[in-house]
Amino acid sequence: MDDIESMYQENILDHYKNPRNSGTIKNASVHHHENNPLCGDELDLYLVINNHKVVDVKINGHGCAISQASASMLSEKIKGKALDELKKITKEGILEMIGIPLSAVRLKCALLSLDTLKNSILIYEKYVNKN
Amino acid sequence: MPQTKPILNFEQLRKDFPILNRKIHGKQLVYFDNAATSQKPKQVIDAMDDYYKAHNANIHRSIHTLGEEATELYEKAHEKVADFINADSYQNIVFTKNTTESLNLLAYSLTAKLNKGDEIVVSQMEHHSNLVPWQQLAKQRGLKLKFIRINSEGKLDEKSINESITNKTKIVSITHVSNVLGTVNDVKKIAKIAHENGALMAVDGAQAAPHMPVNVRDIGADFYAFSGHKMLGPTGIGVLYGKKELLEGMGPFLYGGGMIREVSFSGTTFNDLPWKFEAGTMNLAEAVGLGAAVDYLKNIGMEKIQQKDKELAGYAAKRLKENKDVITYGPNERAAVISFNFDKIHAHDVSQILDSEGIAIRAGHHCCMPLMNILGVPATARASFYLYNTKEEVDKFVKALDKVKKMFGI
Repeated sequence: MDDIESMYQENILDHYKNPRNSGTIKNASVHHHENNPLCGDELDLYLVINNHKVVDVKINGHGCAISQASASMLSEKIKGKALDELKKITKEGILEMIGIPLSAVRLKCALLSLDTLKNSILIYEKYVNKN
Repeated sequence: MPQTKPILNFEQLRKDFPILNRKIHGKQLVYFDNAATSQKPKQVIDAMDDYYKAHNANIHRSIHTLGEEATELYEKAHEKVADFINADSYQNIVFTKNTTESLNLLAYSLTAKLNKGDEIVVSQMEHHSNLVPWQQLAKQRGLKLKFIRINSEGKLDEKSINESITNKTKIVSITHVSNVLGTVNDVKKIAKIAHENGALMAVDGAQAAPHMPVNVRDIGADFYAFSGHKMLGPTGIGVLYGKKELLEGMGPFLYGGGMIREVSFSGTTFNDLPWKFEAGTMNLAEAVGLGAAVDYLKNIGMEKIQQKDKELAGYAAKRLKENKDVITYGPNERAAVISFNFDKIHAHDVSQILDSEGIAIRAGHHCCMPLMNILGVPATARASFYLYNTKEEVDKFVKALDKVKKMFGI
């Protein structure tokens, strides 16, 4: 398998074409939008949080295969997890999750999902602490 | 069947560009990202090499042989550029870093003399470099920025041109060729309308100067900006053409050495044109390189280059339109640029897969985010051509798009 085939391997394209947890949540605890203006990748993340745990998650986005597959995979990973646990997810963790070689230019595509998740949690906690 | 004579001797010409021998992922490079930057012939690389090896010194101030040679080479480059765009003299030619700096120079210097409520007109298809400077200075100085609309064909809307430019308009700044759509704007006609309304006409020629004969006096442009690196020259050197009386009336953009005539503790008088606008030590070797690029282009002939580009872009458009999954943007009559998309595949993925076949295209918003909004897409893929590209390369490119479709299962 050459580099390009491993980048666009079946599970990446499957997540891209059939994103898991796709949709919106009307009364989400937090809804956050991030984009990657250079590429035009966009992602909306909806979380329902109960007792510092993510009990439901939906994603809604468009962009390149890498950015959207990464979001789909991450959405599967975060359901049922405590916020403190999610805060510990690293860039390396995302790369391991995606499991494909990525150039520096494509790295930011893969990391859009993580940025959106981290910022969602920050916004949520700021809001909770205030109230 | 009679053989049609090729416009250019490409076998020979391609040999001038060492980078075209590069293999990318084991495949012969096909370079279709010329609207971003062109490749450089060895004549340009050699001219800069020779400058550093044999003539390097600072200009205009060193009274020694090297200083005089460097000064002569640098000034000669202004003359070559003046001749290239049919300007009156080297005094109309200000060297800058690139088109962006040329347009910033204009925006800063011209808006300094405007009054609150005065209007500036640009179009919806401008590159950020001909939009953001005007937008930001309009905000700072209380000016109004208006946009000429584009129509569904990707051309400037005639009605909108006439409605936007009024007697309140002080500056009109329009791109000669769209870097996304390939549209060639009738800047001569717009210049006439601008002048009838008492406004100045600036033209962003970044995508035009490399690809067609440009005659600034025939266009009637007051200012014309372009970059060296898109026309076979090096990066770091750009041009601002201006009418002499206008440049003379404008304040300097950058202050410092080189641009002065006399300095005392209480004041300064500024240098003659064009040096008044060239503060500090400029990119000397790059200027020499640009001069060599102009020589190279002139030697071939801009009419021939224009015809060649048109043929290639037309052929690429035809081939792309044969593919029912591909959407193309822009008018039928186009310069050397074609933007396209697959319905279900992001432009970055298209570009990445083409790269695996050695084909370099651009994917993204092409520094035209407002235009992307109008097209209703976050990004497009863009193939852009130049004199060294061939129909065979277009065929390879079209074939590689099948690989993209196959990988995405469409």
